[in-house]
Amino acid sequence: MAIIARERRLALKHKLGNFLFSVFRTVLILGIAYIILYPVLSKLSSSFMSRRDLIDQTVKYIPKRPTLDNYRFAMEVMNFGKTFTNSLVLSVVVATLQLVSSTVVGYGLARFRFKGRNLVMAAAIFTLIVPPQMMMVPLYLNWRFFNMYGLIPGQGFNLLNSPWPFILTALTGTGLRNGLFILVMRQFFAGMPSSLEEAAYVDGAGPLRTFVQIMLPSAVPSMVVVFLFGFVWQWNDSFLTTLYLDSNFLPVALSNITTRLAQYFGKTDPQYFSLITNAGSMLMIAPLLAMYALLQRYFVESIERTGLVG
Amino acid sequence: MKRKRLTLTQQRSLTGYLFTLPFIIGFILFFLAPFVQSVVFSLNHLRIVTGGYELIYNNWENYKHALFVDTNFLPTFTQTLLNMLLDVPAIVFFSFFAALLLNQKFKGRLLARSIFFLPVILSSGVIAGLEASDYMANMMRETANVATSFLSGPALTEFLMQMKIPRELLMYVVNVVDRIPEIIRASGIQILIFLAGLQSISPSLYEAARVEGASGWQTFWLITIPVLSPTILANVVYSIIDSFLAPTNDLVNYIRSTAFGGAGFGIGTAMGVMYFAAVAVILAIVVGIISRYVVYQD
Repeated sequence: MAIIARERRLALKHKLGNFLFSVFRTVLILGIAYIILYPVLSKLSSSFMSRRDLIDQTVKYIPKRPTLDNYRFAMEVMNFGKTFTNSLVLSVVVATLQLVSSTVVGYGLARFRFKGRNLVMAAAIFTLIVPPQMMMVPLYLNWRFFNMYGLIPGQGFNLLNSPWPFILTALTGTGLRNGLFILVMRQFFAGMPSSLEEAAYVDGAGPLRTFVQIMLPSAVPSMVVVFLFGFVWQWNDSFLTTLYLDSNFLPVALSNITTRLAQYFGKTDPQYFSLITNAGSMLMIAPLLAMYALLQRYFVESIERTGLVG
Repeated sequence: MKRKRLTLTQQRSLTGYLFTLPFIIGFILFFLAPFVQSVVFSLNHLRIVTGGYELIYNNWENYKHALFVDTNFLPTFTQTLLNMLLDVPAIVFFSFFAALLLNQKFKGRLLARSIFFLPVILSSGVIAGLEASDYMANMMRETANVATSFLSGPALTEFLMQMKIPRELLMYVVNVVDRIPEIIRASGIQILIFLAGLQSISPSLYEAARVEGASGWQTFWLITIPVLSPTILANVVYSIIDSFLAPTNDLVNYIRSTAFGGAGFGIGTAMGVMYFAAVAVILAIVVGIISRYVVYQD
């Protein structure tokens, strides 16, 4: 009898411990989620506030007289139609090209033995640890007087204010954080069992066909992650776009919004402008949130297959 | 016509070159060349002339200017590196912890994961920059901070001081607690990497440990940590890199405004080279220390 009672007590203790732990875990997760979501939600709510809600002491989080005026002003001042299209086109093109190049290069690094392979790997890591700001002057001048380092005779072309710097670097896997994508794809392919490929070779398929038909279909989750990151980083980038292109892109438009608003209204009004700025921020992150909502299952459910393991 | 046939190994290695060729070309043209050029530029005075630019060697003048004449560079430089060294351990610890939490089975795990990864999407420099100067955000932060400031409150700090906790450690903890929101928001990718690492641990290891009668504590220290050690190294390196790519990085902005703001391309580039050198040294030391403790499974 005594033994059964002790067992029961132990089981109870165990259960209690588990319960307490799950309470602790829930509180912790809720707290962290709050810290992450708070800025987004506060921006969202204040972006709908009207000028009168600002003065109203009873309004704290939920606007009493919601209005779309902030969005209207933000869109007008940011030249939204144009900047949005520019950012969207550039981000889609860059992310797609980066995806293609890093998949191909990552596969080459993972599956073939050749002299200098480790050197190429080291080069990919090296591109990551050099801050692009260090090279910004040579980069700027090289695109301004682009002659392939003397390969093309003459004074060279001015490729600034054209998408070519982005296209060429993305295509060759040297774009923004491209080295990381190469490593991610390499890790993924290196983790695939080689039996599938061998079977394809035995059946007479060449390396290219094996790559496209056998390897790519199972690489989709990793590819989605790479595309998403490539898109997000290009979308948020204001460093390279201002260096190579112009200011007609969303991040630049957003960072200039306060000055533009002052010009537009002919006065400054920090409180009210912050409502419009928040509307502008929402406009900028809304597409990212939508994309994330669509694609997040790829990296929430199947991280183990994305090849992100160090 | 007789074509020389390659052996299978040669064919494979040739294909390997073909697959990686785009990157090799791009690396040489768009990376290595500008990299070498920036080192050259940093030693020269650069002048734009018609149809190009010319360089006049000026004997480390750019470096001397950046270090001794420019009064803002050195303080920004040390502060940025110091912030990086302080943030990285906090980020790695937090993301490790968060990944352990998110790896457990509980209701709403998928939702929790998608929220934890959200900062990857949202940590845009523009928005962070606006936030700092934003009226509403500042006002609302006052209320939000109450939640996290309990540890930095003077009374509690005083109390912990009395407990003979080393002052430096305490100040570090207080500082980190103050920056919890920033640290959480900088941890998205690191959580992702740790989670991937945790999921790649073979369950048979844990089963074997349980059969041998190991406690959860022992399993954690003798299985989870060693198996994850390469991932920890990867995350430390990633966090360091990420901190200097962040658009909120003061030094980077300062270098940029120097290069394009009148002081001259040469001086800006010299600052960039020094920054890179510092980061490279830090990375080398950190990797050197950590990789002694890293266990590779195969």
